[in-house]
Amino acid sequence: MTDQVFAKMREPLIFEKSRAGRRAAAQAPDGAADTGIPEQFRRADRPLLPEVSELQVVRHFTRLSQMNFSIDTHFYPLGSCTMKYNPRACNALAMLPGFLNRHPLGPVEHGQGFLACMFELQEMLKAVTGMRAVSLTPMAGAQGELAGVAMIRAYHVARGEEHRNEVIVPDAAHGTNPATATMCGCVVRELATGSDGDVDIEALKQAVGPNTAGIMLTNPSTLGVFERHIKEIAEIVHGAGGLLYYDGANLNAILGKVRPGDMEFDVIHMNLHKTFSTPHGGGGPGSGAVGVGKRLLPFLPIPVVAQEERDGVARYRWLAEDDLPQSIGRLSGFMGNAGVLLRAYVYMRMLGHDGMRRVAEFATLNANYLMAQLARQGFTLAFPERRASHEFIVTLKREARTLNVTAMDLAKALLDHGFHAPTTYFPLLVPECLLIEPTETETREILDRFVDAMVAIAEQAKTDSERLKGAPYTMPVRRLDDVKAARNLDLAYKPV
Amino acid sequence: MSELPGDLLYTSEHEWLRQEEDGSVTVGITDYAQAALGDLVYIELPETGAEVEEGGEMAVVESVKAASDVYAPVSGTVIEVNAALADDPEKINTDPYGEGWIVRLQPEGDSGDTMDPDAYQEFLDQLEG
Amino acid sequence: MPFIPHTEDDVAEMLAAIGVPDIDALFDEIPKDLLVENLDGIPEGLNEMQVARLMRARAAQDSGALCFIGAGAYEHHIPAAVWEIATRGEFYSAYTPYQAEASQGTLQTIYEYQSMIAALTGLDVSNASLYDGASALAEAALMAVRANRGSKSTRLLLASGVNPRYEQVANAIAGNQGLVFERLAYDAKRGTTDPAALDDAGEPPVALVIQQPGFPGTLEDVDRLTDWAHGQGALVIAVVNPTSLAILEPPGAWGEAGADVACGEGQPLGIPLSSGGPYFGFMAAKQQHVRQMPGRIVGRTTDLDGAQGYTLTLQAREQHIRRSKATSNICTNQGLMVTAATIYMSLLGYDGLRAVAEESVARTRELAAMLAAIDGVDPLFDGPHFHEVALRLDRPVAPVLAALAERGILGGLDISREYPEHSLLVCATETKMPTDLAAYAGALAEIMKERA
Repeated sequence: MTDQVFAKMREPLIFEKSRAGRRAAAQAPDGAADTGIPEQFRRADRPLLPEVSELQVVRHFTRLSQMNFSIDTHFYPLGSCTMKYNPRACNALAMLPGFLNRHPLGPVEHGQGFLACMFELQEMLKAVTGMRAVSLTPMAGAQGELAGVAMIRAYHVARGEEHRNEVIVPDAAHGTNPATATMCGCVVRELATGSDGDVDIEALKQAVGPNTAGIMLTNPSTLGVFERHIKEIAEIVHGAGGLLYYDGANLNAILGKVRPGDMEFDVIHMNLHKTFSTPHGGGGPGSGAVGVGKRLLPFLPIPVVAQEERDGVARYRWLAEDDLPQSIGRLSGFMGNAGVLLRAYVYMRMLGHDGMRRVAEFATLNANYLMAQLARQGFTLAFPERRASHEFIVTLKREARTLNVTAMDLAKALLDHGFHAPTTYFPLLVPECLLIEPTETETREILDRFVDAMVAIAEQAKTDSERLKGAPYTMPVRRLDDVKAARNLDLAYKPV
Repeated sequence: MSELPGDLLYTSEHEWLRQEEDGSVTVGITDYAQAALGDLVYIELPETGAEVEEGGEMAVVESVKAASDVYAPVSGTVIEVNAALADDPEKINTDPYGEGWIVRLQPEGDSGDTMDPDAYQEFLDQLEG
Repeated sequence: MPFIPHTEDDVAEMLAAIGVPDIDALFDEIPKDLLVENLDGIPEGLNEMQVARLMRARAAQDSGALCFIGAGAYEHHIPAAVWEIATRGEFYSAYTPYQAEASQGTLQTIYEYQSMIAALTGLDVSNASLYDGASALAEAALMAVRANRGSKSTRLLLASGVNPRYEQVANAIAGNQGLVFERLAYDAKRGTTDPAALDDAGEPPVALVIQQPGFPGTLEDVDRLTDWAHGQGALVIAVVNPTSLAILEPPGAWGEAGADVACGEGQPLGIPLSSGGPYFGFMAAKQQHVRQMPGRIVGRTTDLDGAQGYTLTLQAREQHIRRSKATSNICTNQGLMVTAATIYMSLLGYDGLRAVAEESVARTRELAAMLAAIDGVDPLFDGPHFHEVALRLDRPVAPVLAALAERGILGGLDISREYPEHSLLVCATETKMPTDLAAYAGALAEIMKERA
């Protein structure tokens, strides 16, 4: 980057545009109707909401949107997050008025169209994962994890083995895995990873025992490699009376190629916002459908959609408490993130079975190509002897020592080159790491330009590391003071 | 790496402790620990009078990138906490062995498993290895 | 190849650069017997035109009913600008704002959202949202146990008006950690918590959950309940409808000291009904409890040049740092829904939101009066209500609702399981015109006459 001066985009808070008495009048009824609500229940103060015109609102939030990187505007190789293109058709069709206006407690007779989509989505997810049944209700990956571990607990309790409360989690796992185990009242046993990135089988044999509830695995793992001993792991854990949990964070890598059910997993969650291309929305809504094998069928979270034949016509209804009395229960007020599920349904119907296989193939092709090109340019790979899955890890451990340049510096400099940064400092096992996931929807030209940017930054690290440590320069703000943010908490606007 | 004060004992979890003349023990975290955590933004202190067990969690220190438990190096009762840290946790960064002390304990029973400065220095050298 | 941009030449050159003969070779670390041959059960792909035709037909199947169901999800007018802007690609296809410098739009929006939720609830701090109202209560319950260090109890009392679904969800999520929820009885006349039930509540609980307005639309004496709980050393968790906060006393002002935590369903703030989601749960609290809050929180700070900016803060509470000791396993908030809600609240302002609330209450009063004038229909409870009201029929509710549905009217929710038999919960919001109310009353009168 040159020392060009950029006009920084700034936008005041909406509260600072507020003027007493101004209103976006077209948006609300006249009010002042008699409510009959006595004074003792009524609000005395006037809460601080902005008083602005409709144009002010539209301009404000349009300008704020322009201060974001997004898939629609930038390459976003955020490892473990699968930032692939979110097809516009999925959004447009999920927002048809018939779907948007349907009340969640409306009778099933007024929801057959929606329920048909949900039933078929359950069936397609079963087919592509090799599981026996699917519940769509978890509202995010973390809630899918909660459902999965709660089902494992319920299974052991139902068998009179309440003492099985140890959940084995590889040390490379995402933080949600141990956090989920705790939320389910379990204790965590961390498992070491071997130097080749696979689980240490001997350590696993030591870890399992009469208190083992199960193991939580991501495959391919968070290290970007396929766990080659998966069948042996399944044998060891099942042999000890535990169950296998599949964290679907990296399902995109094997979609249509390998099925978790065939790897003997008992329960899985899928991140529909990753693998099935529903939007990330600036951090949610996600959707974390769960699938189960035969052992956990009775424990599925409710509600689930069932299909019945009546007079030769398919009819759909909810399965709830009366149908699944051993269910772990309800995880949302209604049935989960229905609108997200509709988007995933449209995506899967557009891909079809051929398209779905190609997802894994081209995600893997892009990752291995990018990995090869970066290695060729001198970047250090965390697992150079392994094949990349849909993502891979570059480590800047050497650069951190020799040039005093960190993964964070490189990440910030990438922003100035017009690329969102990869995931940094995850997994925690690999020092100064960048976890890079290009996804299948990016062109080769983009990948080549990304390599060029990485090379340019590496060059700058040698020639002008001070300048690099000040990056980014072209964003609406420069590096932010996180320490000040945490020490002097300012979490809500207060008028001066 | 700064000098380790010679009058302190150290644990493998990077706490330091000082035997006071009245029989109590003052506890903090080492310079190595504060540097590894980075700028501290918050500390969760125990309540005076709380019973702690050797190796048990006694306090939590937080930076923007990490949170770490502080373990009791000996069993005993908390008789004083450094309340000034609630507003200024960065004292642990600037003066870990002085103003950054965390609690004073009245120990019960044997003193715990600790290292003298030389042994701790050797332990740190191994970690850096 | 939908959404995959590679040409045949690209593939050949990329494989050559990697040094493998074909794409299958990239999967050579996977045991051969695990590779699937075919995907039976997944249909052929459809193009956009075909899938659009399918979805339009399905959506049309579900269209056209006049809806008087509430019970936790409410039909309100959503200004056109809300979703026009929220679905801009820069909001829609961005991720969690990990790279703050490249995510100032999302971060500032969340800061504005937190400010508005804090203002509406009358509390100090808000998080960046949770999944939905029901799961927000589960998280609030876990938070209360962490925050109330003085209490040894893991028992929470629920005021009688807490949505029964919320209790189920709280049990499914927080029950795993040993939390127990006990519901207080309601007063048969007013439909609010029976004062006598407080006297029989037993050992002091860790927290009392008060929903306002209550599930049957009734209004609790929140000041009295709050003071009672605080007198027991319990925290108070408020479950509130955000629209109602434009006219009802905010949780921060309940009783002498105010509620400690407020949470609820954010859907009424510009989120479509959409069969139940995605919605968002909001959560606010007193400043002293901020470190026990689950989920993401955005703070304002400065950058290297001293300019103002926004960033995720207090992250050491979260799972990616704290792992098994995190306040929750939650990762995301409901970012896109929060964006929509912030736009909605900005467009309406306080006066607009108050008008929506007042109109909704007035419509419900009119509807209740028209329905109660029909033979065999009576109000279930006395006393003031918000925009829902419980009625009692002289016969089972289900067949009556089915008959209404045949006429294209979704007449409310059968609550006979939780309340006396033949109870029906109805809701009208500002979206219901006098002709809509008349249509409902007319249809119900006919049905009640026919099947008397």
